[in-house]
Amino acid sequence: MNVAAVFFYLFSAIMLASAFMVIAAKNPVHSVLFLILAFVNASGLFLLMGAEFLAMILVVVYVGAVAVLFLFVVMMLDVDFAELKQGFLQYLPLGSVIGIVVAIELLLVMVGFTQSDAALGAGASPIQANVSNTEALGLVLYTKYVYLFQASGLVLLTAMIGAIVLTLRHKPDVKRQVIADQNARTRADAIEIKKAPSRAGV
Amino acid sequence: MPSYLEEYLPLVIFMGVAGFLAAALLIAPFVLAFKAPDTEKLSAYECGFNAFDDARMKFDVRFYLVSLLFIIFDLEVAFLFPWAVAFKDVGLFGFWSMILFLGVLTIGFIYEWRKGALEWD
Repeated sequence: MNVAAVFFYLFSAIMLASAFMVIAAKNPVHSVLFLILAFVNASGLFLLMGAEFLAMILVVVYVGAVAVLFLFVVMMLDVDFAELKQGFLQYLPLGSVIGIVVAIELLLVMVGFTQSDAALGAGASPIQANVSNTEALGLVLYTKYVYLFQASGLVLLTAMIGAIVLTLRHKPDVKRQVIADQNARTRADAIEIKKAPSRAGV
Repeated sequence: MPSYLEEYLPLVIFMGVAGFLAAALLIAPFVLAFKAPDTEKLSAYECGFNAFDDARMKFDVRFYLVSLLFIIFDLEVAFLFPWAVAFKDVGLFGFWSMILFLGVLTIGFIYEWRKGALEWD
């Protein structure tokens, strides 16, 4: 069998198993760790498809940063899972009906999915043989897809401002270091010399 | 098999060696180490006390802010890589589109600095 096929089945199998464990694990921290494993294997699959840049970015951004964020969120929420499971049987019929409806909808979307001929030609950029994956991305991202690129910049700006507005709480009575003030201090306004008479105290 | 995949052979070997080493160090103590289990070894020391609480305590929300700001600048840097690789081919338009992108994020950075989000307290 082809080596690439062996790796494809290896990555897919581990990814599906760890994706299942994300929802099956009792401990939410374990779920996040399985999610990291799924990300790593997805990056392997991207690599096999030829999307090298995306694979590396998946490792850097998702495994390195998003997974840490998820861990913080899981730790921050402090969900009592024993308490959450209390009403499990009570909500089981309604929950399973909703689950089946969503599954049928997903199935219908997947079965009925067709691509129009116009979309086939418009979306893809032809792959040049002598250009690496990262360079091919760079050639179109900043010129042809400039509006999407700038929109992603605005999304990042929104995320930054939103995170600060939602979570930044300064304690009111904390003294902070102001280096400019420190440097502006002179001997004249920092110390005061008093003449203390002998045997009389200040 | 595409030719570029052959360049990843060292990575596969590295992962294999790392996995083998980790598995060996994990399994070897089970096979080789001297074992004399005793409940007293796991209990609190005689003048100590039992743990009060779960180790998984709540985190401060400030950690979340730091990691979210890290991700945003991480993504900003990720956008710089293809730009740098294709720099000679994207021309003046590509250059200024990246400068605009960086400018938008610099507005966010100035906001964050002025609000004191980079300070801990």
